[in-house]
Amino acid sequence: MAAKTLFEIRLSADPVHLKSLRGMVENAAADAGCDAGVATQVVIAVNEACMNVIQHAYDGDPSKEMVVRMLAEGGDLVCRIEDHAPPADLAAIRPRKLDDVRPGGLGTHFMAELMDECHYGHLEGRDGNYLEMRKKIPQ
Amino acid sequence: MPYEVREAEGYRVVMLSDEVDLSRSPEARKTILDALGGPGAVFVDLSTVSYIDSSGVASLVEGFQTAKKSGQRFALVGVSDAALAVLKLARLDQVFEIEATVESAMGGSV
Repeated sequence: MAAKTLFEIRLSADPVHLKSLRGMVENAAADAGCDAGVATQVVIAVNEACMNVIQHAYDGDPSKEMVVRMLAEGGDLVCRIEDHAPPADLAAIRPRKLDDVRPGGLGTHFMAELMDECHYGHLEGRDGNYLEMRKKIPQ
Repeated sequence: MPYEVREAEGYRVVMLSDEVDLSRSPEARKTILDALGGPGAVFVDLSTVSYIDSSGVASLVEGFQTAKKSGQRFALVGVSDAALAVLKLARLDQVFEIEATVESAMGGSV
């Protein structure tokens, strides 16, 4: 079955936009057939991914831009976040140990726990990175 | 909009609310740390928090660590289901002191 684009949005890396983005993600997940629980998980994961772009890829610069795309593809919900930052050190992106109680560093753990797959990569032919996350849509 | 802080003898209650995300967590952090700047216990009320992200959780953790250093009691009260789910995801539900209400936290003596 062909992938169905649920939405694609280009937004500035400003935390004030995250609330409306979460609403879009929740609606898209529901439209794709996810129940409320799964939709919430996807909302959390996409929010954390965008936070990482804002804070780490763009160092908090709200003038930068990111692209968020959601698709329903082959029974999966696919969420893809792209930035235009310099290439990230992909090997350094991994969840940290949670027995170390300290602020920060939880986002990658949340994404890994809540989504079925998380793939990080560099964009081809241009500056930027992507994160693609997949979640099986319960039947 | 700043978060409300309720003061009583021996403690302060920081009333977080709605969606504590990256746009609001700096304010949450500042409010919690300011509350810990005075004497007595600090409770963070999460009863009306409908969403909290990792930056919001980080502000709670920083409050926890600051309180530990100063020997102050720091507890979360009225933790909403949404907030508790995120704390469990972070394995922090066993780290924070969590109470149903300020009254129960104070042993019924408020």
